[in-house]
Amino acid sequence: MTEILHIDWTRCDGRGLCTELLPTVLVRDDWGYPLALHATNGDRSNPAVSPGNVEAAREAVHLCPKLALSLAPQQAKSRQ
Amino acid sequence: MTTLGAAGPAVDTVRGSAGTPQLFAAGSNAGLTEHEQAFGPLSLESIDAGFIAVLEESGLTGRGGAAFSSWQKVAATAQGRGAALMPAKPVVIANGAEGEPLSFKDKTLLAHAPHLVIDGLLIAGRAVSASLLYIYTTPAALPAVEAAVAGRRDVRRIKVVRAAETFISGEASAVVNSIATGVALPLDNRRRLSESGLKGRPTLVLNVETLAHVALIARYGSGWFRGAGSERDPGTRLVSVSGQGAGQVLEVEGDAQFCDVLSSAGVDLSTVGAVLVGGYHGRWIRDLECRLSPSGQGENAVNPGAGVLHILPTQECGLEATARILDYLAHASAKQCGPCMFGLPAMARVLTAIAYGDRNPRLVLELERLTKLVGGRGACHHPDGTARLVSSALEIFSDDVNAHLLGTCTRTTRRAT
Repeated sequence: MTEILHIDWTRCDGRGLCTELLPTVLVRDDWGYPLALHATNGDRSNPAVSPGNVEAAREAVHLCPKLALSLAPQQAKSRQ
Repeated sequence: MTTLGAAGPAVDTVRGSAGTPQLFAAGSNAGLTEHEQAFGPLSLESIDAGFIAVLEESGLTGRGGAAFSSWQKVAATAQGRGAALMPAKPVVIANGAEGEPLSFKDKTLLAHAPHLVIDGLLIAGRAVSASLLYIYTTPAALPAVEAAVAGRRDVRRIKVVRAAETFISGEASAVVNSIATGVALPLDNRRRLSESGLKGRPTLVLNVETLAHVALIARYGSGWFRGAGSERDPGTRLVSVSGQGAGQVLEVEGDAQFCDVLSSAGVDLSTVGAVLVGGYHGRWIRDLECRLSPSGQGENAVNPGAGVLHILPTQECGLEATARILDYLAHASAKQCGPCMFGLPAMARVLTAIAYGDRNPRLVLELERLTKLVGGRGACHHPDGTARLVSSALEIFSDDVNAHLLGTCTRTTRRAT
């Protein structure tokens, strides 16, 4: 099942671990912060993670040194 | 009585088509007596969750900038308590922070018609069965609000909180954070405020003008509200007009002709080079033959945002004006989120270079790239609003961009050096 990876920008420090684990979802921007390759309605804080990438995304959530990532089923996440 | 801040604008009310009393009908610095004389008493006891349907019929949208459907926001909070056995009671916050430097309609409303805002807050509180009510106000209107609250018996549950005087202090999660911790910075938005906001309770944050309209809808009904404005943009809205002469607050009908609004404000249209609509997070326009409405974009309607109309005189350069605003916005970043903290200053440096004489043609592409890079990435919409402003400047002032790259300017007499 496709899941949504939420980036808490107030915690993210651009360490880049997530971009190495999820190269087809995230790249790094000019300053090292994760940049979602695909936006959903202009939102690039909650990229979709396809079933094949969910395991790697789970690992990114656990390994993020700033605890800036969280993963949840698709429908539960949307911006206000 | 209460007075406005140093730059307090005059109250000039343009009434709705029906000639019915609107937001400033109780006059300047209205006390409780004038308020009740003008609008009649409020029967709060009759207000319950059923009012949400009335709000839906009225078509009221938020007047704080996002123009989100007000009834949906109220309904989401009423349902935000979920199915827990002992659900936490909701919180309602009247948001009068108005951090936008070009906006002064909310402080004007709070100073002259505080009781209308208080009524709206009490009504919204009853509609969602709230147990905590707050008025979060800009310091300029604090004395008026405190005096109004002190003079009423039905407001014991209302707490008045002073807002920080920063650009982002009025962002909904920053409002909640400020009341909870004293720090007016946006929070990560993983959970909606309607589910978990202040003290983990369902939280409804409504702009003070939105609440004033709520107070009138509760008294006169949704049909009355729809008597002004149009089907797609019912009711009236306050606008802050600045840039030519003294700042003015006007109440205009929804879907108003843009030229009519400027004429009502006494603006000489021949001296208008461009207008910034919606404030520092808004858009520049040059074609004044349009309507002011949050819906109908692409059909000759321009989104009023929080009602800011700032006039750029014909002799001033739009690129220089935008560069100054962008520099301000970069400094206004909460510096919590990397793309905003680094991206906005980078954008500001490039636009300043274009505006003040750097003729490298690649600067425009670089600015477009950075603008795209910051969009949709942050705890709040500060990067999105900033990107919107810059994109509109590059579009509306494209002639000026070309002129600047050639070492001249279409507006100012001096050559870029």
